[in-house]
Amino acid sequence: MDNPDLLLLARTQFGINIAFHILFPTLTIALAWFLLFFRVQYARTHDAAWLATYKLWLKIFALTFAMGVVSGITMSFQFGTNWPGYMLKVGNIAGPLLAYEVLTAFFLEATFLGVMLFGMERVSTRLHIAANAIVAIGSTLSAFWILALNSWMQTPAGHVIVDGQIIAGDWWQVIFNPSFPYRFTHMMIASGLTASFVVAGLSAWRLLNTPTDSSALRTLRIGLVVAAILAPLQILVGDMHGLNTLKHQPAKIAAVEALWQSGKGVPLVLFAIPNAQTQHNDYAIEVPKLASLILTHDLDGEVQGLDAFKQNTPPVAPVFFAFRLMVALGMCMLLISWAGVWLTRKKHPPRWLLWIFACFTFSGWLATLSGWMVTEIGRQPWLVTGVLRTADAVGKMSEASLGSSLTAYVLTYTGMLLAYMVVITHMAGKGSAVAARSRMDKS
Amino acid sequence: MSYDQLILTFGLLMGIAILLYVILDGYDLGVGMLMPAADAQEQEIMVASIGPFWDANETWLVLGIGILLVAFPKAHGIVLTALYLPVTAMLIGLMLRGVAFEFRIKAEGWHRELWNWLFWFGSLMASLAQGLMLGRYITSFEAGVIYWMFGLLVGVSLCGGYILLGATWLVMRTEGVLQRKAMIWARWGLLWVLIGIALVSIATPMLSHTVSLKWFSFPETLPLVIFPIAILYAGWCVLMGTGRLLGGERRTRSRGKARDWMPFASAVIIFLLAFCGLAYSVFPYIIIDQLTIWESAAHISALEIVLVGVVIVLPFLLAYTIFAYRVFRGKVSKGLYE
Repeated sequence: MDNPDLLLLARTQFGINIAFHILFPTLTIALAWFLLFFRVQYARTHDAAWLATYKLWLKIFALTFAMGVVSGITMSFQFGTNWPGYMLKVGNIAGPLLAYEVLTAFFLEATFLGVMLFGMERVSTRLHIAANAIVAIGSTLSAFWILALNSWMQTPAGHVIVDGQIIAGDWWQVIFNPSFPYRFTHMMIASGLTASFVVAGLSAWRLLNTPTDSSALRTLRIGLVVAAILAPLQILVGDMHGLNTLKHQPAKIAAVEALWQSGKGVPLVLFAIPNAQTQHNDYAIEVPKLASLILTHDLDGEVQGLDAFKQNTPPVAPVFFAFRLMVALGMCMLLISWAGVWLTRKKHPPRWLLWIFACFTFSGWLATLSGWMVTEIGRQPWLVTGVLRTADAVGKMSEASLGSSLTAYVLTYTGMLLAYMVVITHMAGKGSAVAARSRMDKS
Repeated sequence: MSYDQLILTFGLLMGIAILLYVILDGYDLGVGMLMPAADAQEQEIMVASIGPFWDANETWLVLGIGILLVAFPKAHGIVLTALYLPVTAMLIGLMLRGVAFEFRIKAEGWHRELWNWLFWFGSLMASLAQGLMLGRYITSFEAGVIYWMFGLLVGVSLCGGYILLGATWLVMRTEGVLQRKAMIWARWGLLWVLIGIALVSIATPMLSHTVSLKWFSFPETLPLVIFPIAILYAGWCVLMGTGRLLGGERRTRSRGKARDWMPFASAVIIFLLAFCGLAYSVFPYIIIDQLTIWESAAHISALEIVLVGVVIVLPFLLAYTIFAYRVFRGKVSKGLYE
């Protein structure tokens, strides 16, 4: 590929689209399980407050799901418009995985979503709970297939080359490729954390509007407890995922650590400004030997630096900073969820604490996005590691049509995202107002 | 199953998925385009009639494009690169209407007006763009003003077709004043789509040599006359169906219960016939004059593994789709979340 501008435009467009898309499934996958819990609680207790909680979150879910569907449709087209070389080269692997996603998951969730959203009065309680469970299973299954494909692109396995074509030799190995179990677990917990912070954050927002709203206090606690369980788990799984990456994609780890030269007993760079020109870190703050200890569990362990991979290295600065942002957010989420559980266990939380929860409503999104930036920018220049370079997959559109469509997409996405965030906070606020009014009517 | 049979099966599957998409999302896009013709209360009912289904309807588009991607990867890249701009317009249209659909339910006052307007605009843009894509596809993406005009003609005709589907859907799913309005919309949509089909049928052989050969090599192609005749007959059924329902109590009583699903079924048959005509004109090409389905097919191993999935999953998929439609059967009389 001889036109670097076109490649950059195609990557930017696809990157923006996929980043926009991932926000919504990340939330709906786990939110579906939260909803199932709320629904079962209502069926068990017949408490109207559970029903109100369920209905409020059901509306938020419907909105989020719709955003995911429409941006997902766009994705399925952009494979072809932006990366025709991708399907040509690895279509025999990627195609079936995507097809199984649509067949086994997408239809399942989209169809039963209708029953879940609007069928409460039309079907029995048992059937409605089943519909809710199927939506939750369907969206998790959907993530399974998509992450299987993504992981295969990161750490390809199980494929063979016959007559110049890449085909699957062993589907089991293709799906359960080396990085898949780690990536899938990491992403599922990320989804859980994202949803629990949204649940806690919007509940805090409701409490700020209507301090007497007891159902908001209840969902706040549920969100915090789930987050407090998942946050430390995520740190553990994230570390395992990192070690797996070191084994299979060492160049990515070198970029994460901004380690330009290979060596023994390498330091952990806490902060620096990686300088690609001088192959050096400016203004570095380092802890001696710590990177070797973390990565090899040995103070003098040898770690490969970027120099070991010649031209096949990703851009360092975005990977380096995105990783640190993700870790910092993860630590904050751990701290806030633990402190939150402790401080809200008996008494009503103070307003300043509620404000903190409300500010962290969408922190899961930020952490997820920075995590994906680490893994996706970190595998460059490969689209499929060792098999296909990103530059060889890009399409032959004109820069003008790419540029204009990119502008149109960015405008649409910005508008949609703003509207989405305003509407769900507004809905949460209104939900509380309605609850307060009905309580006043009763008394 | 031989490789050729596999490829043919996938061609058939892709056709079915696209046809189902056009019919299923067609009626809800049509309902979207009809929004400005109804008053606020009626709009709530119209939206409620498609609420439980639109997510799943759009999934058929993903399946259709998915099969193109899985089974015919060479064609996938060429088609989507050539249709880049109309595809972008369609996607943005689908996005606007999808989110507007959800947002409008939660909004009040001028906000709701804004989302209503976006819902209409997105539906129109997506329909027009789909027709344009079809028009560009039929003419093998030829450059030139005349080919783009043809694309627009197909675009406008497809809007008429979707309005026919949407209006007859409303005839089936609503009652009272709205149902009567929908019958009149259906008649306008019918007129529109018949003119559209006629114009497209005249223009297509003029612009495409391959299609003209397929149509006019007499006398082998004489049986093809069945298509226009059958379409006209289906159109007649729409007209009669709505007429009988519009005719009021007296005639309804004498002829037994008026069948309100007749117009929708007839509209679906019009789409089915037009689609078969198109498939006949194009086969075995996947890109006319450039690439056949045999040349563009994926490796046999990929086709086999997907076919296994399709065979296992499809019966379940159809079963639970029918189940969802059964859950929400009957007349819609109130808005969503009411």
